[in-house]
Amino acid sequence: MNAPGWAIRARGLRKSYGGIAAVSGIDLEIAPGEVFALLGPNGAGKTTTVEILEGYRDRDGGEVSVLGTDPQRAGRAWRARIGIVLQLAADAPELTIAEMVGHFAGFYPDPRRPAEVIDLVGLTGKARSRIHTLSGGQLRRLDIALGLIGGPELLFLDEPTTGFDPAARRAFWEVIRSLSGGGVTVLLTTHYLDEAAALANRVAVISDGVIVAEGRPADLGGRTAAEAVVSWQDHDRRRSERTEEPTCVVAGLAARYGGEVPGLTVTRPTLEDVYLELIGGRP
Amino acid sequence: MTATTSRRAPIAVGTSRSPLPGMWRVGWSRGQVELKAFFRERQSVVFILAMPAVMLVLLGAIFGAQHTGQGATVGDLYVAGLVGGGVMATSYQNLGISIAFERERFTLKRLRGTPMPAAAYFAGKTIQILVAALAEVVVLLAIGVAFYHLRLPASAAAWWTFAWVFALGVAACSLLGIAASSLPRSAARNGVAVITLPFVVLQFISGVYVPFFLVPPWLRHIASVFPLEWMCRGMRSVFVPQAVALEPARSWQHGQTALVLSAWIVAGLVLCLTTFRWQNRRDR
Repeated sequence: MNAPGWAIRARGLRKSYGGIAAVSGIDLEIAPGEVFALLGPNGAGKTTTVEILEGYRDRDGGEVSVLGTDPQRAGRAWRARIGIVLQLAADAPELTIAEMVGHFAGFYPDPRRPAEVIDLVGLTGKARSRIHTLSGGQLRRLDIALGLIGGPELLFLDEPTTGFDPAARRAFWEVIRSLSGGGVTVLLTTHYLDEAAALANRVAVISDGVIVAEGRPADLGGRTAAEAVVSWQDHDRRRSERTEEPTCVVAGLAARYGGEVPGLTVTRPTLEDVYLELIGGRP
Repeated sequence: MTATTSRRAPIAVGTSRSPLPGMWRVGWSRGQVELKAFFRERQSVVFILAMPAVMLVLLGAIFGAQHTGQGATVGDLYVAGLVGGGVMATSYQNLGISIAFERERFTLKRLRGTPMPAAAYFAGKTIQILVAALAEVVVLLAIGVAFYHLRLPASAAAWWTFAWVFALGVAACSLLGIAASSLPRSAARNGVAVITLPFVVLQFISGVYVPFFLVPPWLRHIASVFPLEWMCRGMRSVFVPQAVALEPARSWQHGQTALVLSAWIVAGLVLCLTTFRWQNRRDR
């Protein structure tokens, strides 16, 4: 399948294990430079889908093109253009970070500078430390460094911030944004909905091997069209009103209170509310 | 990642593509990393490298002074036997255990996701094994010379025999080690035991821990099926050539040794090609 306009394109992707379907007909179209998040509960088919795109697993049916190549038949030149960040335990415990990253750089035709990548993930102070001395969060950063070292056009991130503290997560998001700003396509799987909302241009929710919703994080599941809840403080009591026209309600309140409305909030269903509803019927 | 609020500059995608690095360059780099990992890991140095030396010192101290009546001491036989055992430890046992762990810890999966050529991975292992096995042989021979009056052979023919027995033995045992790495269900729980047990048994019946002429014939026949016995016999022909009368066949059987080890190389290669996986079985 030749799909020059797409970084990733899949049509009718199917895969089953021992007669049990893990992925049953997934379509995906991801544009170059896009950050795309794949959400879904454990066992929904997220990992299977991503590993087919990464070339780790063979599909049973459907068509797939990743950077214009079928991953099932892709060679070294294709692998040099992608970066994979796996969820890994410590490997090569006796090597230092600098040795490990420098070694991986040698696999690629145009690698980034190891020191620069180590700095990017915030491990410069630890560059000469052996890998077995790292904390869980530091190991994840090393995983990310190894995914970035080849200078990929397309980056696969499998739950990248598991084990990060909030400051490290924010900093990692900045790294992803700057990669995306430079034209790197990112396919991200995550359990954290705030992460998907913060990073992704588009989100797809997988449940039971199919995509049940897809769209901009703000629009997912018709969030923008859903009723908003306006609530405020009326003396000692909290009051709220569900409405399709929150602006009118707020204007009315403003007139009634002659300016500032005490404790005013306007909320729509959060991404998490929508997500839980989407996967609700499909455990 | 330091927490920062400033937006970083975009990190540009490389557009120019240089040619992929060649297999030999990547293989050499793999070899460096494998050697660092091996010699820095206390467990592999103690368990793989030091064990045969410790056994030689112990067995030599207990039985070494006894004479065989063939111009060689039992200590001389132990040096030759443990050179064979040491070569198998640094190839079979070392590879079997390390690859089982690399598969379980997703090291192999991560490498498979990069443009590293598969051949470079095996080239790196080969470099590591050759260095470790030669280091093992040097240590064992040094102990033999220092404590058991071992006389190193002077003839080029003897060293040629050493070279081909070493090379064929390393190749056969390495391939069997790679194949055996797929046996343990979990490297962390029982990997070391599953890989090591058959090796320990072979060492008892193949002339490593017990001089071969003392092993009962029916066990000798079982041992003769496997490569270790032939490696030890070849090493005895190099380091204790005067004791040929102790051999069951009254000869060194070099032709048969080359044949059996070559057959194991072919069998090992077939096993590797049919069983080697970059991912563990729960992950497929």
